Amino acid sequence: MKALVWHGKEDIRCDTVTDPEIQDPRDAIIKVTSCAICGSDLHLFHNYIPGMMPGDIMGHETMGEVVEVGSGVDGKLKKGDRIVVPFTIICGECDQCKRGNFSVCETTNRKRHLADKVFGHSTAGLFGYTHLTGGYPGGQAEYLRVPFADATHIKVPAGIPDEQLLFLSDIFPTGWQAAAQCDIVPTDTVAIWGCGPVGQMAIRSAILLGANQVVAIDCLPERLSMAEAAGATTINFETESVLERLQELTDGKGPEKCIDCVGMESHVMATLPDTVLDRAKQMVMLESDRPHVLREMIYVCRPGGIISVPGVYSGFSDKLPMGAFMNKGLTMRTGQTHVNRWTDDLLRRIEEGEIDPSFVITHTVPLNQGPEMYQVFRDKRDSCVKVVLKP
Amino acid sequence: MFHFSNIVRSKGDPAIVEGGPSLKRPQDQLARALGWFSIGLGAMELLAPRRVTETLGMEGSETMVRAFGIREILAGIMSLSVDKNAGLWARVGGDGLDAAALLSGLTSDNPKKGNIALALLMVGGIAMLDYRAAQETKPQRPARTARRRLYPNRSGFPKGLEATRSGAKDLIKHATAGVAS
Ligand SMILES: NC(=O)c1ccc[n+]([C@@H]2O[C@H](COP(=O)([O-])OP(=O)(O)OC[C@H]3O[C@@H](n4cnc5c(N)ncnc54)[C@H](O)[C@@H]3O)[C@@H](O)[C@H]2O)c1
Ligand SMILES: [Zn+2]
Ligand SMILES: [Zn+2]
Repeated sequence: MKALVWHGKEDIRCDTVTDPEIQDPRDAIIKVTSCAICGSDLHLFHNYIPGMMPGDIMGHETMGEVVEVGSGVDGKLKKGDRIVVPFTIICGECDQCKRGNFSVCETTNRKRHLADKVFGHSTAGLFGYTHLTGGYPGGQAEYLRVPFADATHIKVPAGIPDEQLLFLSDIFPTGWQAAAQCDIVPTDTVAIWGCGPVGQMAIRSAILLGANQVVAIDCLPERLSMAEAAGATTINFETESVLERLQELTDGKGPEKCIDCVGMESHVMATLPDTVLDRAKQMVMLESDRPHVLREMIYVCRPGGIISVPGVYSGFSDKLPMGAFMNKGLTMRTGQTHVNRWTDDLLRRIEEGEIDPSFVITHTVPLNQGPEMYQVFRDKRDSCVKVVLKP
Repeated sequence: MFHFSNIVRSKGDPAIVEGGPSLKRPQDQLARALGWFSIGLGAMELLAPRRVTETLGMEGSETMVRAFGIREILAGIMSLSVDKNAGLWARVGGDGLDAAALLSGLTSDNPKKGNIALALLMVGGIAMLDYRAAQETKPQRPARTARRRLYPNRSGFPKGLEATRSGAKDLIKHATAGVAS
């Protein structure tokens, strides 16, 4: 089959690889009908997250049709079922899964010994991500083996196009969880850094959860226009002062809730000297992340407020203002998304026409053009916001 | 076909049968070569500055050579990173500094001026490569002033923004009714 394969920094190729096979009774194989490129894939493209190996298949936003099931899956899934695959692989049985903490499932990381060393305790296995999370082949491919398939799936009905359902795999529940863990009340101003696909979903989620005011921050006019379309007030951080504008919009008190949908690759700009210093340190391996947005959020957030961080950080961040964080009594909530915790509710909202996540798609191309689309998405060329690939 | 990466595949996982085209262009390969060259040269300048000054008849300039070594290494690291373009321009600037320092040693009483001339020639050649690589690896991010498609109609709310907003607010009022009082 064809698959997008990681070969090193900025080197992803559409290779021919052997087809996946059932390895365990709980496995299923799907024929992929749609998959997408995520901002997290860009961190891997740049080789910022340790533990990638040449030959790894990319992709963790995938859906398709079940074509084969192992003997241990039956009952839960059968040939012909249409499923969206959550990017977190879950067993459904361990203590964490039972609590709904799916992204920290205790069973599914097959390279747990690595993660235990690096993180203290292992997290769940992830598709198309690093060997720290199991090194499972990803879904930017024609076929995908789904381990623990009896639990790791979201069954979706016929009659709704792929484009509306695909993002149940990651960015829709990710944006939703980011907003949900802000405990939004009707008087809240929610400020959202980053208007990429995750930020766009977080904006819609904050609106659906009843926020009084949503403020969206980015530097790309096309993404800001998409944020505005959903009712957000926008700030362009290249031409305006984020701190001043947020003060203005909140009567000088700061937003109650702040969401970081940017992560470790904050934009580097001479007018934001800390980003330049972070980049320099990152280059000589003195720091792994560029946490400009975290610093800004801690500074601007209203005392007693909540900071929600879906943006991915990989290792070590310097100069986080812990004094302000502690004295202002802030709360920080983070995590890879517990996808299946939210998807029943979100699927219902899609079915009832409350939201149509396909608004975010700007490019749809065949799988073999995937490598070029990594560059287009990374460079924000051609007003690109979200790329869907068709195997 | 043999693919080295297949050795480390977990058993049963898909292995590469036939490789597809790489995104790397010749100029990316050139940038990479220059990056490693920069690190190699820098390491030599940093660790064995006397060898350099003796060859050039510029004894006494070891500190400067060491500093230049650090500069070379940093520019090299940058040229190997995703910001290779900045690294290559840093190298172009460094080539200028190298040439200036060499010229300052090109005095009539320097017995090694032949070596200096040779070194200058080399710096010139490398500088041309650096310049070409820098020109050809310009970042592809569109300029701030570039024309863009805007998406003012993509709310994602099939029922419209107003209906969605008021619906969400009503729902919250219901959910919190009686809780606050
Ligand atoms: N927690 C999870 O489970 C999860 C899931 C998916 C994605 N993610 C992470 O979410 C983040 C965003 O993903 P995406 O797909 O939207 O990526 P993206 O790269 O398309 O979006 C990032 C956006 O942030 C903007 N930005 C950069 N610096 C900024 C700054 N200083 N202030 C404001 N905006 C800034 C960029 O212009 C860009 O539009 C990534 O870190 C990704 O890894 C996390
Ligand atoms: Zn993702
Ligand atoms: Zn589990």
